[in-house]
Amino acid sequence: MIIAEWKPLPELVEILKGHTNVLVVGCATCVAECAAGGEREVETLAPLLQMALKQEGRTINVRTSTLERQCEWEFVEELAKVAPQVDAIVSLACGIGIQAVAERFPELAVYPGVNTTALAIRQEPGTWLARCAACGDCVLGETFGFCPVARCAKSLSNGPCGGTRKNGKCEIDENIDCVWYQIYERAKARGKVEQLLKVRKPKNWSNSGHGGPKRVVREDLRP
Amino acid sequence: MMKAGTRLEKTLRAGQFALTVEVGPPRGPNPEDVLRKAQQLKGVADGYNVTDNQTAVVRMSSIAGARLLLDAGCEPIMQMTCRDRNRIALQSDLLGAWALGMRNCLCLSGDHQKAGASGKLKGHPGSKNVFDVDSIQLISILKGMRDEGVLESGDPISQPTPFFIGAVWTPLAPPEEFRVLRLAKKIEAGADFIQTQAVFDIKRFATAVKAAADRGLTDRAAILVGIIVPKSARMLEYMNANVPGVEVPEALIKRMAAAKDQRQEGYQITVELIQAARNIPGLKGVHLQAIESEEVLPEIIRAAGLLPRPQV
Ligand code: SF4
Ligand code: SF4
Repeated sequence: MIIAEWKPLPELVEILKGHTNVLVVGCATCVAECAAGGEREVETLAPLLQMALKQEGRTINVRTSTLERQCEWEFVEELAKVAPQVDAIVSLACGIGIQAVAERFPELAVYPGVNTTALAIRQEPGTWLARCAACGDCVLGETFGFCPVARCAKSLSNGPCGGTRKNGKCEIDENIDCVWYQIYERAKARGKVEQLLKVRKPKNWSNSGHGGPKRVVREDLRP
Repeated sequence: MMKAGTRLEKTLRAGQFALTVEVGPPRGPNPEDVLRKAQQLKGVADGYNVTDNQTAVVRMSSIAGARLLLDAGCEPIMQMTCRDRNRIALQSDLLGAWALGMRNCLCLSGDHQKAGASGKLKGHPGSKNVFDVDSIQLISILKGMRDEGVLESGDPISQPTPFFIGAVWTPLAPPEEFRVLRLAKKIEAGADFIQTQAVFDIKRFATAVKAAADRGLTDRAAILVGIIVPKSARMLEYMNANVPGVEVPEALIKRMAAAKDQRQEGYQITVELIQAARNIPGLKGVHLQAIESEEVLPEIIRAAGLLPRPQV
């Protein structure tokens, strides 16, 4: 899923200068799962925002709404009724959802309430870890199911840098496993270490954002 | 056949125990800072490593630093990391560096930009890294440019760029069994010489070199053991605890702590480490570092019996 984190409240208060009717809109999919922009977070943020604004002597009418999925036009359409009554929207969806709302309601100021940070999974309650960087050239089949692009701090292709710590953690963060350590351990357990001996050529990054904004066309699905 | 004909290559070819030292470029633009070090170190080594924004701290570029050393009569080993440049910039800089006279190049992945924020330095932890290719891929790029006169893309260049290609090896970092295999990959990709992470535990290191020798790797590339001149017991303790792949035996830390003059003891330890390393079968040289105190190196090298350097 896509994970995101709240922007600092003062940043939002600053952003809302001059607005009087604000809609805080969440998304019940990824950002709900990572506790950043689901219904619960929307209903938590709205009164906090109102309170913070009040302290600054500003009164703003804050409404809330949480869509099933902010990245699908059908669901975004649900905001059409309330949109005419507000002058700004703060979206707690990922960057995709925020843009969908901004595109559907071009007459309104649409602000991000979160920073979208990664494609990740919940590791344990309250902890999420990056899993994929959408590199467009997936190597998971050769790396025993561990992504070296998103999970190695240097996106190395040919094994661990010299920085793996004694306990198998990454040199840049003692709380994160060195993914190449994990890949090696898995390869060993599977009796397939020789699979890691091949010198892997430079990656082709062009099928991801490095090739320009990604556009996928499926003729069979086009109208 | 000579690959690049550098002094380091010729020394190794001649079967001599090679010696390289490290020269960190300054955190500023003054060429005198490099030239002063060159004067201190001229003639004491077969190659002078010039680091490339090591620990992600902005310093004078390794190409410029290397050229200054070259002009001062010290043959540089230009270091190149993958952190800050994509394959276009790396190859362009390789062409430029060759044009400026560089013939040794050591390929590294590079420290993460987070490492730059330490001590009093803020560094640039908010910068964007590149890592388009990794160190092993950079090695193969250099090999392609040298042996086939082509870029990574396969496009030809007007003439090949013969570099003597170096790589690093951290034999004692986990997963330890894999480290020798990764060394094999570097040599397979084209590394001619190898400089290791700092070694204090000669016994464990000798075991790692034996594993490399058993795979025929010590015949295919020249391994130079990395040795850092220890300054104090605290420094040894710090490195043991915090620098990945550096293992300092407890006894060595105790010896240092008990010494009256820790600096002098550090020189003595360095000399002993060099002498012990010379007895490791298959080992071809030493790469010596005295962090921010290069001026102590000539005396240590002399004491280790490695002066004068062979004429090649
Ligand atoms: S290799 Fe690429 S596509 Fe596959 S998981 Fe990693 S980043 Fe995602
Ligand atoms: S320690 Fe492991 S995960 Fe971290 S940068 Fe090095 S290889 Fe990548």
